[in-house]
Amino acid sequence: MAMLEVNDLNVYYGNIHALKGISLAVNEGEIVSLIGANGAGKTTTLQTISGIIRAKSGNIIFDGKDITKERAHNMCRYGIAQVPEGRRVFSNLTVSDNIRLGAYTIRDTVEAKKADRKKFFDRFPRMRERKRQLAGTLSGGEQQMLAMGRAIMSRPRLLILDEPSMGLSPIFVQEIFDTILRLNKEGVTILLVEQNARMALRISDRAYVIETGYIKMSGTAKELANNEEVKRAYLGA
Amino acid sequence: MNYFITQTINGLSLGSIYALIALGYTMVYGIVQLINFAHGDIIMVGAYVSFFTIPTLQSMGLPLWLCIIPALIICTLLGVVIERLAYRPLRESPRIANLITAIGVSLLLQNLAMKFIGTESKQIGVIFSKQETAIGISPNTIIIIVTTIILTLLLQAFMKRTRTGKSLVAVSEDYVASKLCGINVDHAISITFAIGSALAAVAALFYISTYQQINPTMGSLPGIKAFIAAVLGGIGSIPGAVIGGLILGICEIFTRAYISSQLADAVVFGILIIVLIFKPAGLFGKNVKEKV
Repeated sequence: MAMLEVNDLNVYYGNIHALKGISLAVNEGEIVSLIGANGAGKTTTLQTISGIIRAKSGNIIFDGKDITKERAHNMCRYGIAQVPEGRRVFSNLTVSDNIRLGAYTIRDTVEAKKADRKKFFDRFPRMRERKRQLAGTLSGGEQQMLAMGRAIMSRPRLLILDEPSMGLSPIFVQEIFDTILRLNKEGVTILLVEQNARMALRISDRAYVIETGYIKMSGTAKELANNEEVKRAYLGA
Repeated sequence: MNYFITQTINGLSLGSIYALIALGYTMVYGIVQLINFAHGDIIMVGAYVSFFTIPTLQSMGLPLWLCIIPALIICTLLGVVIERLAYRPLRESPRIANLITAIGVSLLLQNLAMKFIGTESKQIGVIFSKQETAIGISPNTIIIIVTTIILTLLLQAFMKRTRTGKSLVAVSEDYVASKLCGINVDHAISITFAIGSALAAVAALFYISTYQQINPTMGSLPGIKAFIAAVLGGIGSIPGAVIGGLILGICEIFTRAYISSQLADAVVFGILIIVLIFKPAGLFGKNVKEKV
């Protein structure tokens, strides 16, 4: 059974039918990406999964439990974390406070929480020097690291990332994708939305192509990367 | 004691009351972007709760300031209930809908008080002595200033040091990101209204201990002045609300003492106009980033 199963999701923004029956599945241990043009419904799909947006019909099953109606702030407790598009770190709080808020739902000993924070700073050493700095003063790439770190602090089993490479310099893009791969090796399942389809397909096991609210194609990353239509539309070949 | 220093201290005392009220305005604005015009009327409710409790306290031989306990409880509950019933259903609506609702709640509270308690002013006995002590300041003044300082420091510590306090800062910055961290935004907003209303109850105690007179519309003017204080300090900023309140209190008292008591309110509102023209973000205001 898949870890995450999305069945026939329909979402409306007022009269606009944004998602027209999206179905997809993510198996434990996989990296799955959603690729597609701007406005295709990638972010809407992710936000519906994490409970930010309500579906009109369809359901979302995580670990066999129906979470379609679950409120967004309870998702962490299921083991789902999302790094939102545009990073959205808390710019008026310090790096350290952002990380602590990531662990907001974690009930554990002080030592264990401290160990989690140490792990984050070991993963992103440049964050250690900026611990006391307000998150708003960080560069875009650093904010992306912080946003990822904040999400990981809730010890997710499924990490959802929305456009993590957007607006970043090539060096940071590489670092972000390396981090995703590393997290996956450590056992975190990944659902990724990316405009950088080439990069996304390179690290993914499987992918879905979304077009104006429905799934146009799906398959292994390799299949899609070699598909003529995908190449033309999304890989710029 | 020197007239100037006495007036300064009086100004700080009045300013402290404004500061306590302004904290409620600024915290609520910070988290829901709403100017809660009913906030001033919470003070009126706190004052009436005190008024009705004082005879009992008197008959039991207890100090009158203990009326703060029922006032705190009722004001806190009232603030939370108003948010839950009046503002929460409109959270997704345009901001103007909430603003109009806030004005409506304010009028509702005033009119309920007029209907069920009566429009005439009521006198309140001495809560803290206003007799000048040897150093030329009354216990009432000292208690107001010292309590306000303590409460402000406690509030700052709560916001900066505690998990809940930080979650309030997070929610006031970004609902979606807060939810993704597992923070219940509804709870955070309720907590904010509770804190603001509790501080209003304290302000009510100090207001009645200073003026010893209450009526159903007593909350309007201090409410609006505290709102000006919050704007002056930079709405959304906690230190700003306190500094704004103190500046406003001193300006008002100085105008009364050196120019004319009739002009005091004109000066206060003049300050609002000047701030809005020259520094609309206020003294401690941040550049407002419009939420998506």
